[in-house]
Amino acid sequence: MNAATQMFPLTLPVWRSRIVLLLLLLAFGVLTGRAVYLQGLNNNFLQQKGESRYSRVIEISATRGMITDRNHEPLAISTPVESVWASPADIEIKPAQMKRLAQLLEIDAGEIEKRLVDTNREFVYLKRHLPPEQAAKVVELNIPGVFLQREYRRYYPGSEYTAHLIGFTDIDDKGQEALELAFDAQLAGKPGSRRVIKDRLGHIVEDVESIRTPQQGRDLTLSIDAKLQYLAYRELKNAVAANRAKAGGIVVLDAKTGEVLAMANLPSYNPNNRAKLEPKRTRNRAVTDLFEPGSTLKPFTAAAAIEAGLFKPDTLIQTAPGRLTIGDRTIHDAHPQGALTVAQVIQKSSNIGAAKMALALPSEKLWSIFNRVGFGTPPLSGFPGEVSGRLRAYHSWRPIEQATMSYGHGISLSLLQLARAYLVFADNGEIKPVTLVKLDTPAASTRVISPETALQVRKMLELAVQPGGTAPRAQVMGYRVAGKTGTAHKFEGSSYAADKYVSSFIGFAPASDPRLVVAVMIDEPGAGRYYGGTVAAPVFSNVMAGALRQLGIKPDAPLNNVVLPPPNTPEIREEV
Amino acid sequence: MARLNLILLAILVACALSVVTSQHKARKLYVELQKEQELARQIEIEWGQLQLEQSTWAMHARIEKIASGQLMMHTPPPSRVQVIAPEQKQ
Repeated sequence: MNAATQMFPLTLPVWRSRIVLLLLLLAFGVLTGRAVYLQGLNNNFLQQKGESRYSRVIEISATRGMITDRNHEPLAISTPVESVWASPADIEIKPAQMKRLAQLLEIDAGEIEKRLVDTNREFVYLKRHLPPEQAAKVVELNIPGVFLQREYRRYYPGSEYTAHLIGFTDIDDKGQEALELAFDAQLAGKPGSRRVIKDRLGHIVEDVESIRTPQQGRDLTLSIDAKLQYLAYRELKNAVAANRAKAGGIVVLDAKTGEVLAMANLPSYNPNNRAKLEPKRTRNRAVTDLFEPGSTLKPFTAAAAIEAGLFKPDTLIQTAPGRLTIGDRTIHDAHPQGALTVAQVIQKSSNIGAAKMALALPSEKLWSIFNRVGFGTPPLSGFPGEVSGRLRAYHSWRPIEQATMSYGHGISLSLLQLARAYLVFADNGEIKPVTLVKLDTPAASTRVISPETALQVRKMLELAVQPGGTAPRAQVMGYRVAGKTGTAHKFEGSSYAADKYVSSFIGFAPASDPRLVVAVMIDEPGAGRYYGGTVAAPVFSNVMAGALRQLGIKPDAPLNNVVLPPPNTPEIREEV
Repeated sequence: MARLNLILLAILVACALSVVTSQHKARKLYVELQKEQELARQIEIEWGQLQLEQSTWAMHARIEKIASGQLMMHTPPPSRVQVIAPEQKQ
């Protein structure tokens, strides 16, 4: 049968099989080479591709620290809110969904469409800072291309009471004003990120590495007492309204430690709703605005005169006939009194008396006491924008300037500086730095005048609030009070405005062992009354009475200590 | 020699399997940990919100309004106040 095959036996040349073998080996070689190339020499690309299928970098957000008062009552809290954003490049939205979305976000559907027009963009905010419940409803709509982003919003429970003090943050939670700005570094957290492995269901199954450790913002405890802050704001507001004043400020200091317990200003604003905020309302006037203090500086003149050994509290000074000519200028007492003792000069607030004391002193002595109680230097409270005031160097003083400065004209300072300066009389001649942050250990104090002088001036200041003084309305039931009124014409442009005043009162209590200093300033009272004793002193009395009661400070006088002058006696008018 | 190799192989397989199981267990526990941490975060956020709520309800202006308006409370007049000094220590 197979004749043909037998006739032609199959004989192939050997080289053909060799070639096949060679080709096969070559193919293997190429494969091995490629494998070595991909896995050994150039493995980055594939490894990246592999990792991207299970490894993720996640952001860890950091919250901004809380601001609390000295009793840990919150004054500023951050709470999470959701911001809705969309990617115009891959959004798919039906008209019905659009309508519902616009409703939920409380913006116009047309406005949303306008923002989504540019399909090249990949990130557009639709609405920022939405409450979590509302954001959950947006998620329920399930629109592809619409996402949420967690952000933080700051709330201020104290609203307008603490507005000037705390300030506020911008929409990105960065401090913009006041203490939020000053302590931004401490309050702000630093967001972190880490690399993790996620499984098919999206659970994190392994922590690979931490790229940046998140840093949570630290809390800030202020020296402020929220109760006193409210009390001070309320009384100031009543007084500003009753006197139809342009503005007002109040500062309450702890006389023992120099801590600021309350600081309020009017007009104020609501930091939680800043839609219609006028920038001038955000100014913390007590720290950033200067004014001419007027008669509230007389006690410092008296202290300098006593320290120099030239006067004693009972030294007589002739203030009649109510005029004193210095060079080509004349200063006046509108209500001439005759011969007064140094104590009476303070009690009745005589300009001539203060000027005569000042003129008897070398100008350096007066300058030195003003300088050492902090006039002309910033109070270093840490508050942004605090002013140092104006106190000229003593060798450029002319006699008339020395005379007017003795009763607080030709010198300007902030209310905080003035309140701090009174620590000298309240704390036996020593002064402490003011602070807005709660202190664990009291700061070191500096001696300005001797304890004896401080006590003598304190007694004079006690006389000023009793009948016969300029401020009987500053008295507080059950406590001995000491203080001084101030009424000054406002300096506008280049001269003093005849009908614009700044009324102030600064005092402390209990006089036997002072615990609190309260300084009140009312700017341009417009209801007819403008004396510090009638406009500012009642605010002082109300705030002091409430504060002493709330702090549980022991009364140092019987309850019937408040003696107002009989109704028909003429009021002691302060010199302006 | 072959016997030793077999024993080593068995040990190797056992080790490999235990590595796999422990890795699996570790991941499961890690998922648990993540859940708990998420819960902790949630609770912390809620705490902040509650604090905010509390301070809103306890605003001094509100308390004062209710005390003087609804509850008719007021500061007693001086005639009804008596100060009792703490007893002096001997």
